[in-house]
Amino acid sequence: MGKKVGMEVSIAAAEAAALCDVDVVAAYPITPQTHIVEHLSELVANGHLDAEFVPVESEHSAMSVCCGSAAAGARTITSTAAQGLALMAEIVFIASAMRLPMVMLVANRALSAPLSIWNDHSDAMMVRDCGWIQVFCENGQDVYDHVFHGFRVGEDPRVLLPVMINLDGFILTHVIEPMEFWTKEMAKSYLPPFKPVYRLHPDKVVSMGAFGMPEIYAEQKMAHDVALRNSRPVIDEAWDELARLTGRRYSAVEHYKTDGAETLILAMGSLCETASLAVDQMRDGGKKVGLVKLRLWRPFPFAEIRQALAGAKDVVVLDRSVSTGGGSAPVTSEIRAVMYHEPSRPKIHCMIAGLGGRDVTPDDVSNMVDMALAGTGAEYYIYGVRG
Amino acid sequence: MKRHFRDIVPFDQDSADRAIEEGHGLHPLDEYLKPGRIPHIWCPGCGLGVVLTTYIEAIRRKGIPVDKCVVVSGIGCTGRVAGYLDMDTYHTTHGRAIPFATGLALVRPDLHVTVFSGDGDLFAIGGNHLIHGARRNINLNVICVNNFNYGMTGGQAGPTTPVDARTSTTPMGNAEPGFNLPHLAHASGAVYVARWTTFHPRQLVHSITETFDKKGFTFIEVIAPCPTGYGRPNKLGSGLEEMRYYKEMSEVRNGADPSKAEIRLKGKILCGTFINVERPDFLETYNNLVIAKAQGRDKGKAA
Ligand code: SF4
Repeated sequence: MGKKVGMEVSIAAAEAAALCDVDVVAAYPITPQTHIVEHLSELVANGHLDAEFVPVESEHSAMSVCCGSAAAGARTITSTAAQGLALMAEIVFIASAMRLPMVMLVANRALSAPLSIWNDHSDAMMVRDCGWIQVFCENGQDVYDHVFHGFRVGEDPRVLLPVMINLDGFILTHVIEPMEFWTKEMAKSYLPPFKPVYRLHPDKVVSMGAFGMPEIYAEQKMAHDVALRNSRPVIDEAWDELARLTGRRYSAVEHYKTDGAETLILAMGSLCETASLAVDQMRDGGKKVGLVKLRLWRPFPFAEIRQALAGAKDVVVLDRSVSTGGGSAPVTSEIRAVMYHEPSRPKIHCMIAGLGGRDVTPDDVSNMVDMALAGTGAEYYIYGVRG
Repeated sequence: MKRHFRDIVPFDQDSADRAIEEGHGLHPLDEYLKPGRIPHIWCPGCGLGVVLTTYIEAIRRKGIPVDKCVVVSGIGCTGRVAGYLDMDTYHTTHGRAIPFATGLALVRPDLHVTVFSGDGDLFAIGGNHLIHGARRNINLNVICVNNFNYGMTGGQAGPTTPVDARTSTTPMGNAEPGFNLPHLAHASGAVYVARWTTFHPRQLVHSITETFDKKGFTFIEVIAPCPTGYGRPNKLGSGLEEMRYYKEMSEVRNGADPSKAEIRLKGKILCGTFINVERPDFLETYNNLVIAKAQGRDKGKAA
């Protein structure tokens, strides 16, 4: 395939959005997302991208603008992080329930307090149940490709849902990575023009966002849930097409050296690359360890996870956020629940690491595996806490 | 891989006091600053240091004990003030300094509550709170440092960015007009409205001391250089050159009509104390009207 060129991941994500020919960008500045939006504003101002750039006065307004523009049938993108996502949360739930397709890049960052601009997954987990399609990216190429994928899936008339692309703040947003870029033709052939099914149009009057009385509310919730679950074949189809076009294959759950592994590490986002180095080290040391990468967070890939974890003795889940006062951390809870009814199920350990930008090195990952196997004696363990 | 963490040191008032006594007092205002938090993170040439100094100078001159002062700030470069002052301070989430300060001022009317924040924090994401705080005439002193952009996140266009100004999100010039802050504060009901630049530290100190005596919602806008975010794309030069610009282009007219105080890119800056009026503050009206009525009714019942 094409030549690899080095580019900052945020800039590349904005370039991808421009190749998708977005119509509306609405965003509010927040670290570490800013480079994405800044570059988009530059492309608009330079006349390279024919779009409306709306520098709104808060994230709440950003998502509101996005809902309006998506409802009017425009291809829409925004980006935020942590406190910004928290502030827009009200409208985030509305966007999906009103079936408004758009793409949002979330530059994952820890939630305040204490105030932190650094990376973890607490922001994404806060809106876990918002009804968007949610993917976690491992590297820059992944982010770049998923912008195209996101629009294609979200706008598909069989789906009509917003798509959230999670990329780790700083660890991905601010690094320069070698990437293969798409051409305009590739983007055109992959992504058909947006033909909204439900839209605001003066000739065909509809009301959006109206009251759902008790006799219809539950039906709407179920319809939304069914729609999100049914988006799965379209997501896979779009990944297949992406593989045909670029040679890069993505799937909901990916494996790394899992053959014959007794212990599996399960991770999401950029931590997967770190964990794969740890797996290499541990394999060299004769340990039967493999890595399962969870890319698709919603709709949750039940079958693939069951299949991936079935043969293992132990699974060490690396969580990047805390469910304070809960049973374990969000990803572990999900995995434990999914495996509960299986006839043979592995022991599932919960290791919480990398909170608020604390580095996680390959050595840390092997340490966590060793500690989990030795038994921490707790439902979950926050790794590396200092006294 | 080797990692170096800073030690977690529990806060120890004795050694903090000792540090101040023994040679930590390298700067005359050190006793107002949290030991160990300086050097600050502000860029060379930034105007924020000047504004912080004038605030400290004002409380010093008025002789207000620090435990009668509270500073509440929002998010942004100006928001850092709360972290540097060695007094009771609160660093709120983005835009929410005024609601927090409102709660504080109502429960503790004996305190001098100062809201220290930037133009983006107070007038974009928190704009609603500002106008309602002024309308209710809550007993708050607001110091708004206006540098015409979102400095901390990398110089994006904000609610005060003038038309045609370049920022990282308006590389070809801004198409939206910015707010005229004194006019907005006045129209919303503030009882004291002033504007100074960082070239006017004396006047600023005087203004801040005046607001300590005022009951109700006071508003001071301080125009400050942000050479990193706003100065560079608009070719305003270094922080010093921007001060020169303030010197040449600012015109002091106390009592001027705030509606005439609009600022254009590289244009004239009207400064001065524009508004200084009396109006019962929220607590006064509440006590005289609502509480008095309620008590009167209770008395009537008892009789
Ligand atoms: S970015 Fe601007 S406002 Fe912030 S510290 Fe630097 S000069 Fe000051």
